[in-house]
Amino acid sequence: MSNTSKTPLLRVEGLKKYYPVRGGVFAAKVGDVRAVDDVSFTVAPGETLGLVGESGCGKSTLGRTIMRLEEPTAGHVYFEGNDIATANKSALFQLRREIQAVFQDPYSSLNPRMTIGEIVREPLVVHKVGSKAEQIEAVRALLETVGLTGEMLDRYPHEFSGGQRQRIGVARALALGPKLVIADEPVSALDVSVRSQILNLMVRLQRERNLAYIFISHDLSVVEHISDSIAIMYLGRIVEIGPAAEVFAKPAHPYTRVLMAAIPVADPDQRRTTEPLKGEPPSPVAPPPGCPFHPRCAYAIDACRAAVPPLEPVKAGAPNLELGREHLAACIRKHEI
Amino acid sequence: MALLEIDELKVGFHTEAGLLRAVDGVSFSLEKGRTLGLVGESGCGKSVTASSILRLVPVPPGEILGGAIRFNGVDILRLPAKDLPSIRGKDVAMIFQDPMTSLNPVYTIEKQLGEVLKLRFGLDRNAARARAIGILAKVGIADPESRLTNYPHELSGGMKQRVMIAMALACEPHLLIADEPTTALDVTVQAQILNLIRALQKDTGAAVLFITHDMGVVAEMCDDVAVMYAGRIVERGDVHAIFKRSQHPYTKGLLKSLPQKGAVKKAALPTIEGVVPSLLNPPAHCRFADRCWKRKRLSDAEQKRCFSEDPKLRVHDAGLVACHFPVTAGEQP
Repeated sequence: MSNTSKTPLLRVEGLKKYYPVRGGVFAAKVGDVRAVDDVSFTVAPGETLGLVGESGCGKSTLGRTIMRLEEPTAGHVYFEGNDIATANKSALFQLRREIQAVFQDPYSSLNPRMTIGEIVREPLVVHKVGSKAEQIEAVRALLETVGLTGEMLDRYPHEFSGGQRQRIGVARALALGPKLVIADEPVSALDVSVRSQILNLMVRLQRERNLAYIFISHDLSVVEHISDSIAIMYLGRIVEIGPAAEVFAKPAHPYTRVLMAAIPVADPDQRRTTEPLKGEPPSPVAPPPGCPFHPRCAYAIDACRAAVPPLEPVKAGAPNLELGREHLAACIRKHEI
Repeated sequence: MALLEIDELKVGFHTEAGLLRAVDGVSFSLEKGRTLGLVGESGCGKSVTASSILRLVPVPPGEILGGAIRFNGVDILRLPAKDLPSIRGKDVAMIFQDPMTSLNPVYTIEKQLGEVLKLRFGLDRNAARARAIGILAKVGIADPESRLTNYPHELSGGMKQRVMIAMALACEPHLLIADEPTTALDVTVQAQILNLIRALQKDTGAAVLFITHDMGVVAEMCDDVAVMYAGRIVERGDVHAIFKRSQHPYTKGLLKSLPQKGAVKKAALPTIEGVVPSLLNPPAHCRFADRCWKRKRLSDAEQKRCFSEDPKLRVHDAGLVACHFPVTAGEQP
């Protein structure tokens, strides 16, 4: 990669988010749901990290924990060197200007009682940016940036289609001029033809504003289109991470392979014939010992049950580059399969 | 005679703003053992079409405005209400995106599945139980005996989907209507469920009507495809013809807007600009005309036709298309 010397915008280190499981008469803690378990990666300015996995793998919790909408159990989230995980209230307030979110459901993420103008202006009001007239002018400009018109200011969310609402969500996220946008399934609720419009919009804004994205999705074809790097999660852990082109061309982890094989291709000549995976993911309350994927893995051997495999370079003898730049996989048999 | 014949079906909904014509003249037929994909984006009328087959459209606000749905030659729309149970679940079964549409939360799996078997085949309790265990095993549920005592909420999403399929198939229907059955599932579980539907179809020779918005699932599952837009079928044909030589500009545009494997990263994806016309007052000419990429390349005289004449679904090349100027080979949006 050409820009390996770039300092990362975001560096996540050993991040954990456990939720206590309570039971018994006194609601004593009987265990943990390990929603996010020892996750590390970096995001460079102006680049997209695609975060992929099936429901319950912890990808959304990871996004929320990075923004500290959830309190991390352990670990660090460095944004331009400042640790979000340990920041005090006022520091966190400032950091939130730099990191914004776009959510999946454009129907429930916009307050139905607020006008579009109020919704997009709200972050500017909360952070006391400019006078009221300046804020309204900024909102007009933002709406035009996302392909809407300034005349829509006084209208309410229900007057808009799903695609337009997602544009409003994007405009709100951009109001404070963030450097990082965490987008959690931003196009999953949209129809195909509208989906491509929103993806095009996100790519254009990234170029114009040097935005970094963490793009959370279960849809690999969308992730492949938009991501520079990609991380695959399974049961709270990243099992494979690396430059998107490399991971898609040569997936190293058995789970990444079955995930890719499971996706139906829009071509009747490329029908999938085999069943890629048996069973369903185990519970994150009682994850299996060793590699979390071993009970479903076709390549599992005894050693896989012994210890959680570390994320290691896929190419033997690869230079130890910055995390996220090199292709890593957490599988002890990655060189054999 | 085809197993299912839908002829000029029209279904409307009475709303505060007027009559919404959700399905406006839909015709297709489905043969035994075949799978037809009914595809289109939200609001195109695909689910309403499917629900009409079992007369599941709520009346009011819904109303069947015209047409016929013949199953084995019998027009379901003209069947007296008392005869509906003889079709529902027996000859025709339906599965949904949300399995809780079919499952009752307050009964165990045994009670629900057993009830179906008792009604359909007149089995007693023990025979129904034995049959239920067999069916659950067939749909890939591990330890089916102990699952019988579970309530739906005790099962995972994929497992509930399997139980719903088990209930639908318990009656050995001739037609299975699957309305977005895997949309809420993870891709690995989706692959399992699709395999299951395919295997069971091969076993029983049932016809399947598969409703989905996912072009990948259509390509994988269907023999034939009908593409719907704004309450109408705009193109119909063999799955290969639809995907390789789509003739309607809408179908072509829809397929092109999908991110392609191996394409240039972050390159602008083709889009379909504009919005679907309101079905409260649909235009009398081509419903796709004002969004159509192909129309913009036509001469003024030709464009005039797009904006004045309603194209009928007609035979053209390998399939049927409702367009005055179908897409020719090599033409791209």
